[in-house]
Amino acid sequence: MRLYFKYMSILFKSQMQYRTSFLLLCAGQFFVPFAVFAAMYFLFERFGGLPGWTFHEAALCFGVIQMAFALAECFVRGFDAFSNLIVRGGFDRLLVRPRGTVIQVLGSNFEFTRFGRMLQSAVVLGIAVSGLPVQWTPGKIITLILMIIGGVVVFSGIYILAATFCFWTVQALEVANIFTDGGREMAQYPLDIYAKWVTRFFTFIIPFGAVSYLPLLYILDRTDGPDLLYMAMPLASLLFLLPCLAVWRIGVRRYRSTGS
Amino acid sequence: MSLITLQGIGKSFKVAKRSAGFAEAVKALFVREHTIVEALRDISFTVREGEIVGYIGPNGAGKSTTIKIMSGVLVPDAGTCTIMGFTPWKDRVRYVRHIGVVFGQRSQLWWDVPVIDSFELLRDIYAIPPGIYRKNLDMLTEMLSLADIIRTPVRQLSLGQRMRCEIAASLLHDPAILFLDEPTIGLDAESKIAVRNFIRTINRERGVTVILTTHDMHDIEALAGRILMIGKGTLLYDGSLSELRSRYGTQKTITVDYKAGASPIDVPGVQCLSRSSGRAVYTFDSDRIDITELINRLSAGGELADVEIGSPPVDELILRLYKEHRV
Repeated sequence: MRLYFKYMSILFKSQMQYRTSFLLLCAGQFFVPFAVFAAMYFLFERFGGLPGWTFHEAALCFGVIQMAFALAECFVRGFDAFSNLIVRGGFDRLLVRPRGTVIQVLGSNFEFTRFGRMLQSAVVLGIAVSGLPVQWTPGKIITLILMIIGGVVVFSGIYILAATFCFWTVQALEVANIFTDGGREMAQYPLDIYAKWVTRFFTFIIPFGAVSYLPLLYILDRTDGPDLLYMAMPLASLLFLLPCLAVWRIGVRRYRSTGS
Repeated sequence: MSLITLQGIGKSFKVAKRSAGFAEAVKALFVREHTIVEALRDISFTVREGEIVGYIGPNGAGKSTTIKIMSGVLVPDAGTCTIMGFTPWKDRVRYVRHIGVVFGQRSQLWWDVPVIDSFELLRDIYAIPPGIYRKNLDMLTEMLSLADIIRTPVRQLSLGQRMRCEIAASLLHDPAILFLDEPTIGLDAESKIAVRNFIRTINRERGVTVILTTHDMHDIEALAGRILMIGKGTLLYDGSLSELRSRYGTQKTITVDYKAGASPIDVPGVQCLSRSSGRAVYTFDSDRIDITELINRLSAGGELADVEIGSPPVDELILRLYKEHRV
């Protein structure tokens, strides 16, 4: 873990070398998703919103997923940008160092311009929290934090899967974006507005539902069963991450036997 | 006692056939045709502690594959490899602590930050104890004259400066073996000599065993007591440079400068390597052709200004070796 922060500090220094570019990208990262959020606001304004969801409820869901996405893009960028490492041969370099591959790939890249997006998500979360008639008990605050962490874990899992794919081919990477960008776009709205199979896919296969929709019900006091179950739902993201890491190992083994 | 032992190492790759054209590319999405390329075949050799071994061969001969196997990156299909008691690819994390690897064409330094920052990160990656790190850093800074450049971002360094830093970076953790993959590629004469001197010094003073691949035969001449030559995946030659010389050493070159106006001539049994007005270079077998007589015959072409006789450069010896094995 200490090493992870060392990697982070050297890459932060690197990115600070190009300050103007950094600030502009941060600003871009702030305004682009903010425009999406504004669009959502006007939709609610004009059409009275989603059935069963108020604007602030939907905003909470939106903010959680956006925040998780921003954190993942910043701190798990190494896997997201893994194809660069493969193409430039940097992975061989990692293999001659006495550390595990996961920590080294994580440390290979960070994208600090996502601070802009984090700030944007924080603003949205602020708007949602202040506008909701919810009693913020410690349990609910913890659940909210767990939702964000769980979201980061789910995005990380997808990045790791996509990175593993690079061991076979670096040509078809756009496929992974269906799940990262697509997943983000889907999960930033309460999942029950979609068709059943979509909801199921994003609950049981890629558990976005477990980190956003289900615990959201607990925060909004709409649970139908033991609260603890809803609160603990974000932990399901770990069940998703473990097989992703296992697949990663297989990928590394394959790389070391094929060298490509 | 041998430090490195390779026994019957073999490795083949499956290479996807790619053809040009959009239709072919679409087809390739679904059906991939493969060819098997045998990169290494039955490679065996041993290296003793403290040796400097030059590993040479034409491009695509399998040099890098061998280095990758020995450094634990690749797993071979056949054979065994024992280095310092480890099997590199099985015990990767524990093994790589003992080796340093420099890939000449790929940097291991972080591009945008001062060199010292990269060194400090490497210290943390290798968990080098502070005392040893300090000592090695001081020593390397002095030996490679890094003091002036260590606070400069890597992207502002010249290639020669960068290579010195790369080599320093691979030695911070006291490795027993140093693998250098084309360490002098693209360097100017001064940097090349600095790098060679340094390699010699750490080999002599710290007993670091060095395996280097190169295309620059001056590297071999200056450094390697021993040459391993590989071609088409097979080991073709394992021996010293002087043995190689005595094998082909009867071959000499003669460079003749004529005074103005003369045109170089042909002499039977002597091969002309290059010829311009007033100057010609020939190669001949000193066992079969008498040097005095040759000069006499050459002087028939015009008045001689200068004559220089030399042993062939190592490049040519190697080229002969390649030709002999048809690689």
